Amino acid sequence: MLKELRPALSMMIAMTVVTGIAYPLAVTGIAQSVFPSQAGGSLIEKDGKVIGSELIGQPFTGPGYFWGRPSATSGADPNDPAKTTSVPYNAANSSGSNYGPTSKALIDGAAANIEALKAAHPDQKGPVPADLVTASGSGLDPHITPASAAWQVKRIASARHAPFDAVQQLVGDYTEGRDLGILGEPRVNVLKLNLALDDKWPLKK
Amino acid sequence: MDAAGILQILIYLAVITALTPLLGGYMAKVYEGQARFLGPVERGLYKMCGVDTAREQHWTGYALSLLAFNLAGWALLFGLQRLQGMLPLNPAEMAAVPPDLAFNTAISFMTNTNWQSYGGESTLSYLTQMVGLTVQNFVSAATGMAVLVALIRGFARANARTVGNFYVDLVRTTLYILLPLSFVAALFLVWQGMPQNFEPYTTATTLEGANQVIAQGPVASQVAIKQLGSNGGGFFNVNSSHPFENPTPLSNIVEMTFLLMLAAALTNTFGRMVKDQRQGWAIFAAMGLMLVIGLGVATWAETHANPAMVAAGMDYAMGNMEGKEVRFGIANSAIWATATTAASNGSVNSMHDSFMPLGGLVPMVNMLLGEVIFGGVGAGLYGMLIFVIVAVFIAGLMVGRTPEYLGKKIEAKEVKLAMLALLVFPISVLGLGAASLLGAPGAIQDSGPHGLSEVLYAFASATGNNGSAFAGWTGNTLLNNSLMGAALLLGRFVVIIPALAIAGAVVAKKVVPPSAGTFPTHGWLFVVLLVGVIAVVGGLTFFPVLALGPIVEHLMLGAGTLF
Repeated sequence: MLKELRPALSMMIAMTVVTGIAYPLAVTGIAQSVFPSQAGGSLIEKDGKVIGSELIGQPFTGPGYFWGRPSATSGADPNDPAKTTSVPYNAANSSGSNYGPTSKALIDGAAANIEALKAAHPDQKGPVPADLVTASGSGLDPHITPASAAWQVKRIASARHAPFDAVQQLVGDYTEGRDLGILGEPRVNVLKLNLALDDKWPLKK
Repeated sequence: MDAAGILQILIYLAVITALTPLLGGYMAKVYEGQARFLGPVERGLYKMCGVDTAREQHWTGYALSLLAFNLAGWALLFGLQRLQGMLPLNPAEMAAVPPDLAFNTAISFMTNTNWQSYGGESTLSYLTQMVGLTVQNFVSAATGMAVLVALIRGFARANARTVGNFYVDLVRTTLYILLPLSFVAALFLVWQGMPQNFEPYTTATTLEGANQVIAQGPVASQVAIKQLGSNGGGFFNVNSSHPFENPTPLSNIVEMTFLLMLAAALTNTFGRMVKDQRQGWAIFAAMGLMLVIGLGVATWAETHANPAMVAAGMDYAMGNMEGKEVRFGIANSAIWATATTAASNGSVNSMHDSFMPLGGLVPMVNMLLGEVIFGGVGAGLYGMLIFVIVAVFIAGLMVGRTPEYLGKKIEAKEVKLAMLALLVFPISVLGLGAASLLGAPGAIQDSGPHGLSEVLYAFASATGNNGSAFAGWTGNTLLNNSLMGAALLLGRFVVIIPALAIAGAVVAKKVVPPSAGTFPTHGWLFVVLLVGVIAVVGGLTFFPVLALGPIVEHLMLGAGTLF
């Protein structure tokens, strides 16, 4: 057995150097020189300050913004750091709800979301789009479906005193199709769309 | 399911099938020593480690080298986690990982499982992720492929004693297969938006004025090999549903292809090495058949929205979006869930715990059948060859002839070893799972039948060395970390050792020329028999517990019962 240990240990160390140091450093070097923005986390800056990443969703609750999906992420409770509490879109602790389909907590939460959404959108009489009701897998989903964006247009138009058709047009401009025309699903990046809203029809402070 | 979803499933299956002969042929060349473009590095490694490439090993020597190498890797990873607080490349100032969690994680990555009791971005330093986990992603994958190649040589050679040299197989797999493919994939993924940096976590001020801390890190280099090597351990807690770990549908198809392509292509490598590619395609067909059935059921189940939510006023059309990402939708989530559990990869792009009952049944069944539907790289095919031995044995019983496979007589010793490997599954899943049910019922999140599903899923995942989870279940307790650690070891090494022993037994046999009474193992009859044997073994063993978990849950959800 002792005879086996020398090659085992030295091979393990050699492999660590090749695959754990040389490989990631080579990838980092090339990635940062060829795709610096992506390698750095696709950060968005405004007036010299980082306001987020275009890939990471943010919580939106104001009436003048498009809202993203419910998020099940948690974080330290500001009142008692030993406890965790619900912190939506915590990008340092990704998580889904992980509730099973027959969970009462899941269904009650969904029903509460539906109530709140219907109350905030009195013009919408039909059922609420599913992605606005259900928590995403990551808790950081940056997208909503085009149907969910359309569902919210009237609220945003009246909050920002903007023409309904123009807001609808903007949603259309920010709708991404399937990749290569086939892959994935059509979607709207909520943060980018809200940034464009702020540009066009700034909220009065 | 709409036409776009079906089209995406067909594209995926076509890509995997097309890559099989290409990659399979290349890997056969690698194992025959014909790939030499990294010759100086390869020879340097042998020299530094005192490996005599001319000396081939008997199966026992091969197994001993493998165990020693894995032990060294385990010790290194365990130590790294315990010491990470004192080591560099730790901008988020992660403390030492607690001993039971470090024990579990080190075993989990050594066994190519990558079960995660922890959340990556909230537990591990960049150094641990890179020098610890990324390395094990490579070498655990290479270990599985080495065992497979030794077993293939057992069938390909006649009247021989040795099955190859473990270190040569390990080094060639890493240098010529895993490294170049990961390198290209990592750069592609960065282009799609995956971070690759060593910056501290970024603090952003959101549009509504809140602070958002955004986790960063060398993500792409680890995700590429995590998919390719059927490891599956995420850089982040939610794995490939995290927008940084899977930014676009394009990155998604590449990651999904990488998670299945080597396991699929190895069937072709096998065919080439035993000098009859039809044998490889027959096994590919059996695996593919089971994959397609699973894909169909999972996709169908997930296109149905949760009836209780629809009753509360949710739109039905989109399907079950709980735990799924908008950019992937139902089709890509269902394909991934099926492929990742078929392939023993265990990465996820949606939360399996929140699948509809029958949607969640598919990943569970894939794992309970023994991780042989393509399976882990190497591990899936050597697991499948163990089922092949049982299948030809049963066929032999039916006609009263000594069974043969690839010209080798299959005798009592091989069948006993195969049965030993097969028995590990029920013993570990049901036995250790029951111990956890009794000892740690508090770990279960959901009440009702779904709670049983969560435990069953966890132990199936550990024993199958898959690593995905019904994540509501809390694995990170002393008892569960230990029980899961035991399941990981049983499911890995009590299959590897019998597989190598079978290699040692059949390599010494002479080749019997086929006669009129030989049962051909390259036709549809054999494919159906093999699938039947797998279904009967898995079905008889696990049907009762599946009936109490997802199946009864499905019926109760239909009746409107919640827990």
